[in-house]
Amino acid sequence: MSELKLELKEKIIEQLNLEDVSVDEIADNDPLFGEGLGLDSIDALELIVMLDKDYGIKLADPKEGRKIFESIDTMAAYIAANRSN
Amino acid sequence: MNSVYLSHNNIISAYGFDSAAAVSSIKNEVSGLSLVDDSKILPNPFYSSLIPQGSLSEAFEKLNPKEAYTRLEQILLVSLADTIKKSGIELSDRVGLIVSTTKGNIDVLEDDSPFDEERAYLNELGKKIENFFGFKNEAIVLSNACVSGVLALAVAKRFIHQKRYDHVFVVAGDLVSKFILTGFNSFQALSETPCRPYCKTRAGINIGEVGCSVLVTADNTNLVDESVRIIGEASCNDANHISGPSRTGEGLYRSIVSAMNQAEIEADAIDYISAHGTATNYNDEMEAIAFNRANLQHTPLNSLKGYFGHTLGASGLLETIIGMYSLHSNTLFASLGFQELGVSKPLHIIKKTTAKESSIFLKTASGFGGCNTAAIFQKVNS
Amino acid sequence: MSSADYKIKSYCHIRDGKVSKNGEVLFSDSSEEFSAFIKATYKHFETDYSKFFKMDNLSKLAFMGAEVLLRDTDEKNIALILSNRASSLDTDRKHQAAISKQSGAFASPAVFVYTLPNICMGEISIRHELYSENSFFIFAEFKPHLLSDYANDLLETEKANEVLCGWVDYDKGKYDAFLYVIAKKGLLPLDTGELTKLYRTK
Repeated sequence: MSELKLELKEKIIEQLNLEDVSVDEIADNDPLFGEGLGLDSIDALELIVMLDKDYGIKLADPKEGRKIFESIDTMAAYIAANRSN
Repeated sequence: MNSVYLSHNNIISAYGFDSAAAVSSIKNEVSGLSLVDDSKILPNPFYSSLIPQGSLSEAFEKLNPKEAYTRLEQILLVSLADTIKKSGIELSDRVGLIVSTTKGNIDVLEDDSPFDEERAYLNELGKKIENFFGFKNEAIVLSNACVSGVLALAVAKRFIHQKRYDHVFVVAGDLVSKFILTGFNSFQALSETPCRPYCKTRAGINIGEVGCSVLVTADNTNLVDESVRIIGEASCNDANHISGPSRTGEGLYRSIVSAMNQAEIEADAIDYISAHGTATNYNDEMEAIAFNRANLQHTPLNSLKGYFGHTLGASGLLETIIGMYSLHSNTLFASLGFQELGVSKPLHIIKKTTAKESSIFLKTASGFGGCNTAAIFQKVNS
Repeated sequence: MSSADYKIKSYCHIRDGKVSKNGEVLFSDSSEEFSAFIKATYKHFETDYSKFFKMDNLSKLAFMGAEVLLRDTDEKNIALILSNRASSLDTDRKHQAAISKQSGAFASPAVFVYTLPNICMGEISIRHELYSENSFFIFAEFKPHLLSDYANDLLETEKANEVLCGWVDYDKGKYDAFLYVIAKKGLLPLDTGELTKLYRTK
């Protein structure tokens, strides 16, 4: 699980172009949106694509994303439970 | 300031190859949307309205082309040829050309396109159209997301006011392409059913395809029956987000107010609103907020996306042309697909096509980049 | 006020590894790649705007040009009239490449949103809180007379108090920005010859 979390942090930093943010600066339970990392609606869509592309998970309803992408913890738990690759 | 009018016009669409074909189908509440199964564009079938290639080629051959033209060029040339011919205007150095498109010949980027990649440059598209008819002035290509079609009318008016031109032909079009469909799909914005603007059950956009054109002119001696005068127009940015509509409807509200100020009218003078209404959750909600702020919640309103889908850079011009016929025939066209209000503020959605004496309508559009445009048109022959 | 009275208030070039304002070089950098150059430019001007790094090349170029001209202004009713040759083709090609992959084609929403040239004006509007007129034109080359006509109309009809105009092109690694502010008072007369000369100034 901690490996998956590290992998997610690296991917988020790279794919969402978070300049000057390092893996150590993202705590597992930090909120990703709003206050925390300050991600926005396009980032949320990008994370939906990432779930599909890298973990074979298709969200039936994009609104589900809000809960799944709360933090690295919630993302990792969801991926671990649903991944197909 | 001198008046500027919209006159001769043409719409090439799934309904047929002139404006009348589209207007008569809309009057009868017949949608141009149908299920398209084309895995080269999207893996799953999608709703769209497409111009049939067979009839397009046939119409295009009548123009005696001397070289190969892309599908979009054919659409634009066929539409503009009709408008120019009907207008009888000689293409002197006082005549301008504006091409409104978001993506132009974007399909030439596909691996199997027979056309060179150079063709994807929008000024090349402009040049093809300009040269085909022998315009004396270089084409002005406007690419301003989904407000382009209506903004192009404001642009034409502004150049006429500045005495750059006496007449401007505006032609608008965008293709239904893999480029566009996959993009909107990644935005989770496509509806799997025919779109339902402002409805509780709305589930997103359909993308459609038209080519349309109009003569914008300062000369009121040779106007058509459905002619309108542009009495106000404005564009304001949301300054909020590059893809998400403003939660306060800021830019759209400001555009409407600025256009009404220029037209020197109050909200109650507007008989009808031809709104943007893409049928995404956020867009329609944003519009409802803006219209309420502008005190237009009781004004009859429709979105024409249920007939054509969202036709991108053409939509603003297409919907303005339909609006001209709406005023001329004193008929409010039904907002197809609408059942029950699904936005947080009241709106007067036109449920059935009905007769109503009308002389002024408001056209609005909003798009990516936070852009919004409002334009107000008044009937010439009453 | 007649159009002859409008002036060029300030202007900015970004090209060949240099950023200049009113003809004076403010920053230069020897980076070969645009990405390194524009990032160095961002740092030099102490911009502090993390969304910058999410932008595409065209937006970064236009954004920094606007930054140089607008950062010290209080005027908020500034219209934007930008133009170029390549539209958003640099990003269009990226989106096309992503959706053309033989195995596993995935469109990226963060790329797709930049496949319109006017997005860079949205970025400038957000940064400087401009609820103003935006228009993006595509021409084979810089057309100062048409941009001036359009700017004059916005100023005469009081739709804007000032106009940020110009050329901002990014294509195949090459970049060229020439932006200028038109206002009632300024450095130079608003004149096509003057603009052509300024545009060509190295």
